[in-house]
Amino acid sequence: MRVITVAGPPSVGKTALILKTAKTLREEGQRLAVVKFDCLSTDDDLLYRREKIPVAAGLAGSVCPDHFFIANIDDCLQWATEIGADLLIAESAGLCNRCSPHVQGALAVCVVDNLSGVHTPKKIGPMLKMADVVAITKGDIVSQAEREVFAHNVWRANPQAQIVAFNGLTGQGSGELAFHMRAAPDLETLEGRRLRFPMPSAICSYCIGETCIGENHQRGNVRKMRFPEVFA
Amino acid sequence: MSAHMIPPALSLRLDEAQRLNPAVAALIGSTPKPDLSLAGWLDTLDTSDFDRLKFSRVELEAHLLALILEAQGLRNPVTRIDSLRILGGRDKTGLAENLDLTLRPGAIVSVVGPTGSGKSRLLHDIECLAQGDTPSGRRILIDGEVPEPVRRWAASGKLVAQLSQNMNFVVDLTVGDFVEMHAECRAVDNPEQAAAEVIACANRLAGEKFSAATSLTQLSGGQSRALMIADVALLSTSPIVLIDEIENAGINRRQALDLLVASDKIVLMSTHDPILALHAHKRIVIAAGAVSEVIETSEAERAHLATLEHFDRRMSELREKLRHGARLDALPLPFGTASWTP
Repeated sequence: MRVITVAGPPSVGKTALILKTAKTLREEGQRLAVVKFDCLSTDDDLLYRREKIPVAAGLAGSVCPDHFFIANIDDCLQWATEIGADLLIAESAGLCNRCSPHVQGALAVCVVDNLSGVHTPKKIGPMLKMADVVAITKGDIVSQAEREVFAHNVWRANPQAQIVAFNGLTGQGSGELAFHMRAAPDLETLEGRRLRFPMPSAICSYCIGETCIGENHQRGNVRKMRFPEVFA
Repeated sequence: MSAHMIPPALSLRLDEAQRLNPAVAALIGSTPKPDLSLAGWLDTLDTSDFDRLKFSRVELEAHLLALILEAQGLRNPVTRIDSLRILGGRDKTGLAENLDLTLRPGAIVSVVGPTGSGKSRLLHDIECLAQGDTPSGRRILIDGEVPEPVRRWAASGKLVAQLSQNMNFVVDLTVGDFVEMHAECRAVDNPEQAAAEVIACANRLAGEKFSAATSLTQLSGGQSRALMIADVALLSTSPIVLIDEIENAGINRRQALDLLVASDKIVLMSTHDPILALHAHKRIVIAAGAVSEVIETSEAERAHLATLEHFDRRMSELREKLRHGARLDALPLPFGTASWTP
């Protein structure tokens, strides 16, 4: 099984990118399964079902979505194996830029869009820095100059990554992305493999349901801000 | 001391590496020992430094190496190609497309055909260096050769710059700051001067003038288009320019094309505008998903171009007058003459 993690901020076009690439992969005879990770609700599984792509949806609910992801990813692989797929795509929205679902040995794709501004690549953390492929969407509506600056800034943040320009409306770029996905390593299990970047260590009272503001309600791993002492 | 193999790039001094690539400068930050080598600097880092930089030691070393090698590569600018060859595929009904067209730097080719006939498809095929794997079945050769898959994907996006009516500037910066930023990406020697040249050039193309201090998002449609064209001509590394419908913008189209040709680009433009179509050296006619004909612009057509441009100027004058509140009780010449019948 080739496992591909696809991560990116909300609304960059992850689902459109996967659907278009799936079309190319299936034309080449690949059997594809998709797992969609989300927080509260998702309708995207319907989009996959409409294209007759086997899909499972995982809603993290009250649990940290990235922790939920890593606790379930090997089960996803076992499910995909059972239904006879040879390629599993795990789609997740990176909710805080501190997190990254990328796993060693699985192809890591990060999706970002040109509209998010030329400084964005610098601000997205390990989700982009640790990716093998960075797909940049929505290039059809910004200037050539902005596309070049954006791609350059992605390269500065992650010089090892393959950069793919992707148009989620026309599927332009799906041939290239499918090429990288086909080359992903073949795995039997993810057990024992490691995340490329550790998830935040944050066991505090708010993790377990506390809602009240104030020192008296803060327990565990609490980090306080530092403020400048004088007016600039 | 063990004979540890140090990659040559890591023997660069910190200050040299910082000058080479701003990304390295940002990564290293201010350092009390600029004459330390990169390898030496890596040795001084402890766990908390790696935590702050969000890299492990191995990853950081690889990251630095990649940054430096790429920055050195960027000093050799502009991807050059000698020829672009388009080999026919099939039309929408599956019939073979009779096409073998070779284009060289400095060529201007227009792409004409009814809406939906497949003009954009042809531009897409060139953009992704199609190898019989797109709906048209066309194949694109660079310098007479089929690009290797790895090279094909590494090159796609770098070979082709695109301009279309739907593209806008979205970044919240002034024209000067942004163009300078683009020039810095290209590692040109004097980004400030390069930016000034692009802006001066864009102003020659645009009807209404703008300055380096103008906000990008405040530019009019015509000004944006002019800046995009000047930027592609002077700063983009891509040897091929694909233009999709730029006719309605308030810019000097002829000058724009001349500028792109002068910078030795191969220009393909999909257009419905007779002046742009005839200004090209050749025009590709598309019908039902395939190229039906490639027409060399004839001497007679070139002569007509002058007449068409004359009418076009008259049309522009009319447009200007109406924009400034004029009334049009009588049609000016040549529209009002009996010799001209629609």
